Amino acid sequence: MTKYSQDKAPIMEALNRYKSMRVVPFDVPGHKRGRGNDALAAFLGEQALSMDVNSMKPLDNLCHPVSVIREAEELAAEAFGAKHAFFMVNGTTSAVQAMVMTACKAGEKIIMPRNVHRSAINALILSGAVPVYVNPGVNSELGIPLGMSVDEVKQAILDHPDAKAILINNPTYYGICSNLQAITDLAHQHHMLVLVDEAHGTHFYFGEDLPASAMSVGADMASVSMHKSGGSLTQSSFLLINNGVSEGYTRQIINLTQTTSGSYLLLSSLDISRRNLALNGKDIFRKVTEMAQYTRDEINKIDGYYAFSKELLNGDTVFDFDVTKLSVHTLDIGLAGIEIYDILRDEYDIQIEFGDIGNLLAYISVGDRQLDIERLVAALAEIKRRYAKDKTGLFDHEYIKPQVILTPQHAFYAPKEKLPIENSSGQISSEFVMCYPPGIPILAPGERITDEILDYIRYSKEKGCFLTGTEDSKIETINVVKEEC
Amino acid sequence: MNVWYTEDHSPGVRFSIKLERHLYSGQSEFQKIDILQTTEFGKVLTLDGLVMVTEKDEFIYHDMIVHVPMATNPAIKKVLVIGAGDGGTVRELTKYDSIEQIDMVEIDQMVVDVCLEYLPQTASKLTDPRVHLYYEDGLKFVRNKENAYDLIIVDSTDPFGPGEGLFTKEFYGNCYKALHEDGILVNQHESPFYSEDALGMQRAHQRIVGFFPVCDVYQAHIPTYPSGHWLFGFASKKFDPIQDLDAAAWNALGLTTKYYNTDIHVGSFALPNYVKEQLTDVE
Repeated sequence: MTKYSQDKAPIMEALNRYKSMRVVPFDVPGHKRGRGNDALAAFLGEQALSMDVNSMKPLDNLCHPVSVIREAEELAAEAFGAKHAFFMVNGTTSAVQAMVMTACKAGEKIIMPRNVHRSAINALILSGAVPVYVNPGVNSELGIPLGMSVDEVKQAILDHPDAKAILINNPTYYGICSNLQAITDLAHQHHMLVLVDEAHGTHFYFGEDLPASAMSVGADMASVSMHKSGGSLTQSSFLLINNGVSEGYTRQIINLTQTTSGSYLLLSSLDISRRNLALNGKDIFRKVTEMAQYTRDEINKIDGYYAFSKELLNGDTVFDFDVTKLSVHTLDIGLAGIEIYDILRDEYDIQIEFGDIGNLLAYISVGDRQLDIERLVAALAEIKRRYAKDKTGLFDHEYIKPQVILTPQHAFYAPKEKLPIENSSGQISSEFVMCYPPGIPILAPGERITDEILDYIRYSKEKGCFLTGTEDSKIETINVVKEEC
Repeated sequence: MNVWYTEDHSPGVRFSIKLERHLYSGQSEFQKIDILQTTEFGKVLTLDGLVMVTEKDEFIYHDMIVHVPMATNPAIKKVLVIGAGDGGTVRELTKYDSIEQIDMVEIDQMVVDVCLEYLPQTASKLTDPRVHLYYEDGLKFVRNKENAYDLIIVDSTDPFGPGEGLFTKEFYGNCYKALHEDGILVNQHESPFYSEDALGMQRAHQRIVGFFPVCDVYQAHIPTYPSGHWLFGFASKKFDPIQDLDAAAWNALGLTTKYYNTDIHVGSFALPNYVKEQLTDVE
């Protein structure tokens, strides 16, 4: 494992070698280094198109890596402290799905918090695995779902000793971490695999004084969105495995759904970004932490906003907090997070990551400049000055406990009928409803539709959230499971 | 010796000045700073390769950015200047005994230090006891002020690079908040002529218009700026720059100016049709 040095980038180096060989391409892609598509080459740049090449012996093959991709995977595994790392080119969604499908077969149980990303529940529809939901803790002041309490996880394990695995968010979109070490140890005592969704946690592996990473506590699998805080291209990601999880079986599962034409733009971006983080990650995330802290302090000086951080720690459902996340509670100025999200974009030309009912999240990274941070803070101050109003009548919670009636797969494929959404209370949903971002389902297939959920959906629509998930793109009708099932 | 300094005034137009010597070159945290000795324009300050001031034509810019608001409201006592590291704007302001306080906020101390050494023509009054220098981000400074100034002068670089934040809606809104109820905001407003500059000019106007009841634009001829045709913004909560001008009162002050006079004051607000159109398009 240590025969490589982290300053290598084997895929990038192989692509450079290949380019310098000036090989005549009689293979795909048909744009032939961009020569066959002038407009695309002009738009993306000739260099990018010259690197958009096919799998071949000098460049290895993502489905069955034996040379440069293999080396790059081993380097990544070393950098993340994993037994093996897989390069994923279909988003962290595909990594989460591969984790669930590696751990559970149809009918097998998996314990997870209900505030997971849609990709995890999608994996249940694909695999037929059965979810055992643990309700996350809720901070009633902020209205946000938190991490899982260790006691609730323990109860779920005792109630479902046959569960195969437990899935944990590390951290949540808002930056909140469960007690990863305790939950991992508990799961292992009961012979369950620990799967960790680290879509928002790449930096935990490289920065200092950040929450524990999945691999560091001995978890079995982790999905790491390298393209978020890691700096690689959108859609590129790592799947990490550890302990007794079989590399060969995991790769078979990945290959069930992964493209056989893995993009070398994505692969090389993972390789180059891994090298950068391994060599410079400490400095990078120290800088990001400082910028986030500065911004948080300045926002908190504007009366009415609350940029929360480690003061929320409670030893359990908020075991740790990711200080690089800039999550801001907005209800005290009388505006929903989504409303501020829209005003920032429409009036101030500032795009933030997301706004939901009570909060907004601005993503801070190494690419930010101090002057842009000042713009964000100044715009928030202005929005308060110009738009603040009374907060009565604002919805204040983001999490409704689900009533799970059927498994997601059963409900999704069951005979169904289309109802106007306002008439659907009491029915079992056959599909998702969620705001995207953050992509955490309000309703998942197999769950009872209640008046409270319908109120929440109506309110989210009214405030301008981008709702998605149903067959009907306008979310005016919803597919529900037919009575006789 | 046949060495020329060349600046792109548009993607298809270049402007060159014959050089005698390159007096200074440095890189600050924010930008590249150069002082050139030229044959025609005397000493020239450039930032990131763009001319900011020359000894020969700086009087036009500094006269027009200062005396127009000062003649409109002679009661101005407290002034905030943002940018203006060369000191020329402050030099003109210090001509008024009636001004009690001048706060100058420049993000880049190195610009001020270089100008103090190489451009005493503009920087000489930065040591006036009424002047308080703050080396910080202008947007941040003004965000923390409320009902504090009679006049804010935004003497910024172009709307890309370190000056970007000074062309934004959040900045103009914060300026509004920082001004007294009869406050005036004057800003460097780019040029209407070449399309890229014109876009910046329109965006600046669009973002100011929402905040101030009086929102006018005036012009001057500045030979070393792209196209030579340059604009200033005059936004105000109360004073109209023409109706409220008391020409006799200003002339009675007996100030010496090389470009500004009260006739130019009125005339500079008369805009060509194509500029009027660009402005009304975004109002």
